[in-house]
Amino acid sequence: MYDVCIIGCGVIGAATAFELSKYQADVLVLEKENDVAMGASRANSAIIHAGYDPKPGTLMARLNVEGNAMAEQLCKDLSVPFSRIGSLVLAFTEEEEATVKMLYERGVQNGVPGLKIINADEIHEMEPEVSKDVRSALYAPSAGIITPWDYTLAFAETAVRNGVKVTLNARVTNIEKLPEGGYRLTTPQGVFEAKYVINAAGVHSGEIHEMVAEKTFTVCPNRGEYYVMDKSECFRAHHVLFQCPNKDGKGVLVTPTMDHNLLVGPNAEGVEDGDRVNNTAAGMAFVREKAYKTMQTINYRNAIRNFAGIRANTDKDEFQIGIAAENFIDLAGIKSPGLSSAPAIALEAVKLLSQCGFNPEKKANPITTREKKRFRFMNDEERREAIKENPAYGRVICRCETVTEGEILDAIHSPIPPCSVDGIKRRAGTGMGRCQGGFCGPRVVDILARELHLDPMTITQDGAGSQLLLAETKQEVSAK
Amino acid sequence: MTYDLIVVGGGPAGLAAACSAWEKGLKHILIVERDKELGGILNQCIHNGFGLHRFKEELTGPEYAGRFIKMLNDTGVEVMLDTMVLEINAQHQVHVISAAKGYEVLEAKSIILAMGCRERTRGAIGIPGDRPAGVFTAGSAQRYLNMEGYMVGKRVVILGSGDIGLIMARRMTLEGAKVLACVELMPYSGGLMRNIVQCLEDWGIPLYLSHTITDIVATNGRVSHVTVHKLDDKRQPIPGTNLEFDCDTVLLSVGLIPENELTRAAGIAMDPRTNGAIVYENMETSVPGIFACGNVVHVHDLVDYVSAESERAGAAAAAYVLNGVQQGNAITIVNGADVGYTVPQKIRVDNVPKAADIFFRVRRVFKDSVIEIKDGDRLVISYKREHMAPGEMEHIILPRKLLDTVTGNEITVSAREA
Repeated sequence: MYDVCIIGCGVIGAATAFELSKYQADVLVLEKENDVAMGASRANSAIIHAGYDPKPGTLMARLNVEGNAMAEQLCKDLSVPFSRIGSLVLAFTEEEEATVKMLYERGVQNGVPGLKIINADEIHEMEPEVSKDVRSALYAPSAGIITPWDYTLAFAETAVRNGVKVTLNARVTNIEKLPEGGYRLTTPQGVFEAKYVINAAGVHSGEIHEMVAEKTFTVCPNRGEYYVMDKSECFRAHHVLFQCPNKDGKGVLVTPTMDHNLLVGPNAEGVEDGDRVNNTAAGMAFVREKAYKTMQTINYRNAIRNFAGIRANTDKDEFQIGIAAENFIDLAGIKSPGLSSAPAIALEAVKLLSQCGFNPEKKANPITTREKKRFRFMNDEERREAIKENPAYGRVICRCETVTEGEILDAIHSPIPPCSVDGIKRRAGTGMGRCQGGFCGPRVVDILARELHLDPMTITQDGAGSQLLLAETKQEVSAK
Repeated sequence: MTYDLIVVGGGPAGLAAACSAWEKGLKHILIVERDKELGGILNQCIHNGFGLHRFKEELTGPEYAGRFIKMLNDTGVEVMLDTMVLEINAQHQVHVISAAKGYEVLEAKSIILAMGCRERTRGAIGIPGDRPAGVFTAGSAQRYLNMEGYMVGKRVVILGSGDIGLIMARRMTLEGAKVLACVELMPYSGGLMRNIVQCLEDWGIPLYLSHTITDIVATNGRVSHVTVHKLDDKRQPIPGTNLEFDCDTVLLSVGLIPENELTRAAGIAMDPRTNGAIVYENMETSVPGIFACGNVVHVHDLVDYVSAESERAGAAAAAYVLNGVQQGNAITIVNGADVGYTVPQKIRVDNVPKAADIFFRVRRVFKDSVIEIKDGDRLVISYKREHMAPGEMEHIILPRKLLDTVTGNEITVSAREA
């Protein structure tokens, strides 16, 4: 029997696993997909919010500001791309200027550092591409951008190195309370038992909650669609550029990413199926139209990718964090600012476990750092050294992003080994660029097949069913 | 050691440029190629039809590349394979990495850019729908099929009627796949007429002009269905015109983009119309001693034309190294009515031996038409054409003696019905 079982390995489950891995506890993470960070954690705005948006006094407000403060050191220690570039909330009307003032007040109450309202001249000095119609903006220097799937991977991989077990393809279909205490969880990977259960199932956290407790909230999956623009468009924004929030969320933003792309989106649309992340013509048109208000110059001919993500919104304007049943903790309904709050939510989970009576000893020397080589971010000298150390860093596989075979091999042999082309993409960055894997895709398939001793026809794009190759070509017929 | 010439890319453009520069007297030439062999994309183009102009016979892609590789082997041109160029600069330095030799900074008296092009992707055109496995660019599918020996699908819808898509329609059919449709956004095909006939019509594959894919649906991680709509004059889907296809694969042949990240980073002036460098009559870029040729400058219809252009670039690089910098005022070629771009964009008349070659594409389909070159309002020369289409590159030869009559600092190329 495990001490703790975490359901879901998005950023919340992973951050919690990492936190618990510093303690002497047997921890299991059950993830329904074939990799970690497969839900909201991999498809979002990639922002560490400053924390002026949630209403003062809410958990969202406190955990956002705390999580933001923790992000910098964590990302440094765990080698996660993060940069505190600051954000602007742009006001284009008198009404929106009132909203900006309101957000400033909220931010001050929430303890957000360094907030300032700036005028149009100051905005254009910082962001020359922003529309001439802008009147003022809330500047939050503590907001940052991050690579969200890598934040999740960093937590999960480090947890595994500390002894946490992550079981993939393990959707929890039933939870049974054991008479002697603890729970039995049924999955396609077998049955697992744990004394304490943490529900970090994102868009499915309502279903998991209802397996052990009365319904107290309803998850309302909400889809957001985005454009990823080529690096040639990145110069258009130097900060996270928000519009004023409205009833549909934080509005359409324009921001640089850690990989020097420009990200534009999202819209917000309630959907039935929380696992389907399709793009729609209407959603994409909406994003373009709304972003036009922020800046008129974005060239959509330089788009390289559309994607969509799902927010685990609920009918409550608050995270659903608490003890839902005996020894059963909800980290549920974690919507925006969930990514920003993740490490703080993990600390909250440890506190709640303590309230449930679980108070393990801290390990003497848990691993709290991760090293990751990224050739594209190295300087010339580091590149020289890396290739000298291992010639595989001298073989570029992904031309657009300059990802080397060495980094792909590192990914394949990492603590949570990927088994798909997109698994390599999330870990090494292959196929993220302007050709979207057109050149490197076949080579990544080849390397995966070679290293894992698999038939290339079994290699998937991203999990069961998504095989890339459906047949062999006609074979040579020997001459009679 | 300083090379006379470093050629970036060992595809058809790089091979022809290097051979030509050698012939014109350069002795220290290096080709840097990122793949494990020379030949570039020709190696996966196993269909025939290459070389009709250059060799007066029909070759396959690998055979065509083989002819040039054989020529190269008779020269003393050095080749670095499996080597990636990370950076070039205006001082003619080339930063390269390879597993074999690590990180090196190479120096050259001249550089030829011959990096070719890449395919436009789904992201570039924003097709709505799920994002499953089974959506490939035609070129990636071609690589899997012809180089790796795998079929990417069995029931296929092709979006775009570019030549690679058309070739793949036939290739997939020959391998036993069912190609359900080729869908083209524009009211005309983007490919060569001979490919429309030989790759679609001969196999009974329907071509839907003024149509596009409006939804891709996945089942269990792989494409299972696409919806196609007819488009109105503003290229908006017309409700009720939907065609539904159950398929496992979507191939995209929606255009090629010259691969100029190195060019831009070197500060070389670019032409937004071609997505390539602005070049002079001898394929020299805005940085003296750096030349460009082939699909990295503008996307060609035929490799034969790439070879010819690249031979001019190779000869020009040799002249630059042996005779010094080209001087002289330049005439700018302005795009007139219905001309999308021209290459070259500028002509230094003093540097034109007998005539200047001008390549361009028209913006729409023409029958019985005239190409006009004007110096202000004065007609310099006109050329008759029975048929012109955006999918087919036009070539005119402008004699030096006519260029000498130009009084302004620009000429205009335009097209009109006769």
